Amino acid sequence: MRFSAFSLARNALRSLDTWTPHWRDAAPKPAYDVVVVGGGGHGLATAYYLAREFGVANVAVLEKGWIGGGNVGRNTTIVRSNYMLPGNVPFYELSMKLWERLEQDINYNAMVSQRGVLNLYHSDAQRDAYARRGNAMRLHGVDAELLDREGVRRLAPFLDFDNARFPVQGGLLQRRGGTVRHDAVAWGYARAADARGVDIVQNCEVTGFLREGDAVVGVETTRGPIRAGKVGLAAAGHSSRVAALAGLRLPIESHVLQAFVSEGLKPLIDGVVTFGAGHFYVSQSDKGGLVFGGDIDGYNSYAQRGNLPVIEDVMECGMALWPGLGRLRLLRHWGGVMDMSMDGSPIIDATPLEGLYLNAGWCYGGFKATPASGLCFAHLIARDAPHPAAAAYRLDRFASGRVIDEKGQGAQPNLH
Amino acid sequence: MRIPCPHCGARDVQEFSYLGDASAARPAADASLDAVAEAVYLRDNPAGPHRELWYHASGCRAWLVVTRDTACHAIHAVETARAAAAARDLTAGAVR
Repeated sequence: MRFSAFSLARNALRSLDTWTPHWRDAAPKPAYDVVVVGGGGHGLATAYYLAREFGVANVAVLEKGWIGGGNVGRNTTIVRSNYMLPGNVPFYELSMKLWERLEQDINYNAMVSQRGVLNLYHSDAQRDAYARRGNAMRLHGVDAELLDREGVRRLAPFLDFDNARFPVQGGLLQRRGGTVRHDAVAWGYARAADARGVDIVQNCEVTGFLREGDAVVGVETTRGPIRAGKVGLAAAGHSSRVAALAGLRLPIESHVLQAFVSEGLKPLIDGVVTFGAGHFYVSQSDKGGLVFGGDIDGYNSYAQRGNLPVIEDVMECGMALWPGLGRLRLLRHWGGVMDMSMDGSPIIDATPLEGLYLNAGWCYGGFKATPASGLCFAHLIARDAPHPAAAAYRLDRFASGRVIDEKGQGAQPNLH
Repeated sequence: MRIPCPHCGARDVQEFSYLGDASAARPAADASLDAVAEAVYLRDNPAGPHRELWYHASGCRAWLVVTRDTACHAIHAVETARAAAAARDLTAGAVR
């Protein structure tokens, strides 16, 4: 079913059983041109762009759970392209441009909402750093505005401007940033890929690789072996574990990141606000809950649950920024597993094994990258050459010294 | 999460700092560039028991080697980094 104002109105007037599933629950075929391991946002986007941009439609996406059950459905929905380093800016801006036309491309309402991302600064040094970042963005054609204190006050009057320790001095605003409904991104890409012939195979965990010499020619799964011309890994927080099945060690540690949602409220905060003095960011979902988070827990973890000290730290940061938060009740919180790469930047590259391609290391910024990650990974798989926007995301950049260390923390994943 | 420090007893994780995989050993001074890059950047990153370095900054200030299950946060063993290094040197037959 193609969505339009007419189809929505027609179905609204009929009984609900006229709605059809958005994608086929495919059973795996014995062989495909490309198998994508991981049915999250990046894997589904990769399959969609393989079919749409590169004419490779004999594709399977293998998901060990169900579509929308991984990180794509458990993040804080923020999209932005306010990066500074040369390897990053063009990539995230490409992603921003793809978000802006996503709904038309995939014929699906993903609730793309460009309501602005505001990074606050609290000191002269931080203002200078944000001015520099804003200039770097504008030099690449990305929008950025440096606001003074009064400019921030007009946007977010509820903040604690007179905080004795971290007074708000101003902020760097990217008006084109905002939020996107994360589940709809997964569903929309799944539906659009399926419509172009991609098989989306759920409850199918990869347990090994089929090899011929040094070449990877398929995967072993819980639903039997599947041969493939090429295999792309997009396994989010579990990239190390899947790569280990092929004997590869990656420059990645898995860490847990906790996020939070408050009880539902009337519209209270328009855009996304981040606290520059500590790690805290907040926005309001369309259902009314405040969505917020902070630092990762900082030690290797696959537990999908965090620990109390980080919760306390996030709440302290939130209260320092916005004292009114103390009146709210927390509805729920969760922890997701992140691929923390050694320099804080992602990897989109071929591996030393022929036929095996890697999309990993998104740290906790993978959601905003979803469309560009899919497009660039599809380009790499289809053409065996990196997409120009992702040419810096090489696997060998660590050994060759061309790391992209946006935070300047060195090889310390828990600090990125 | 509480870490049982051999000197101080079980203490809250907030007293400690994390420094990653304890098995990533510093390469020899004349090691190849590939060996250095591997030691600095590549990790096993297992889901299960993991030997890792923790520093008891707000306690006895000892470096510890903690064996912790990354899938459930359970802590199986804690020893001082000094004892762990001595045991490693002993198995490697090094002269101290």
